[in-house]
Amino acid sequence: MTSETLVLSILLFAIGATGFVVRRNAIIVLMSLELMLNAANLAFVDFSRQHMDVTGHIYVFMIMTVAAAEAAVALAIVVRIFRTRRVVNLDEINLMKG
Amino acid sequence: MIQAIFFYVFAASAVVMALAVVSARNPIYSAMALIGCLLSVASIFALQSAHLMALLQVMVYAGAIMVLILFVLMLLNLSPQELGERRVTVRRVTGAYLIGAIVTLLMVRLTKHLWAPASALDPNFGTIEEVGMILYTKYLLPFEMVSLLLLAAIIGAVVLTRKEKGDGQ
Repeated sequence: MTSETLVLSILLFAIGATGFVVRRNAIIVLMSLELMLNAANLAFVDFSRQHMDVTGHIYVFMIMTVAAAEAAVALAIVVRIFRTRRVVNLDEINLMKG
Repeated sequence: MIQAIFFYVFAASAVVMALAVVSARNPIYSAMALIGCLLSVASIFALQSAHLMALLQVMVYAGAIMVLILFVLMLLNLSPQELGERRVTVRRVTGAYLIGAIVTLLMVRLTKHLWAPASALDPNFGTIEEVGMILYTKYLLPFEMVSLLLLAAIIGAVVLTRKEKGDGQ
């Protein structure tokens, strides 16, 4: 079951990465990011199970915390941009011409 | 045997939900599908005897983070015009193609290195007791630092969304 879990992890990561590249709605891009972090968590849990070492679970714990912090700050930025410019499309947020 | 059946059911549901996340036009549907995907992955965590992580996945991810995202979606209340048109551009096709190439590459690498079956399972593996013990002894400093990170994120979110004079219109 371990190899299958890794395959699932790759699939979820790839779907998340595709969403990250292809979608332009800021919130959907954020959700694709959560999907990728989740795929990484799945790989960590699987490697942890393979090696019978719970250190992988600690990593998952930290990644979840980072994901929560990242979601809070990113959503705050999205709300802020929407309040001043009325857009959530990432292509239209080009004031800094990055 | 029964574990394998459950694994494939939840894996299929996770992949279908993930596809729905990136393909749905309305972000609300995306968020709902993401909740389903996170719950399926939580079930797989439980199957891999990561009990505490399954619990945290449901409470923190599917609970707290997704409620936050849904809350912001409701707050923005996007109209169909603001959601934008669905169109196929060169960049999108190239992006999907690149991702497909990466998946193929990873799959090829993976099938070359089939892992040995996992060793016999310790009944304590992944329980709250075991993970908690290692988290509060060996990884105490990272644990405390991550709480600082959360504090910084809270302050950042509050400062960013605070209303200032002359804001908005």
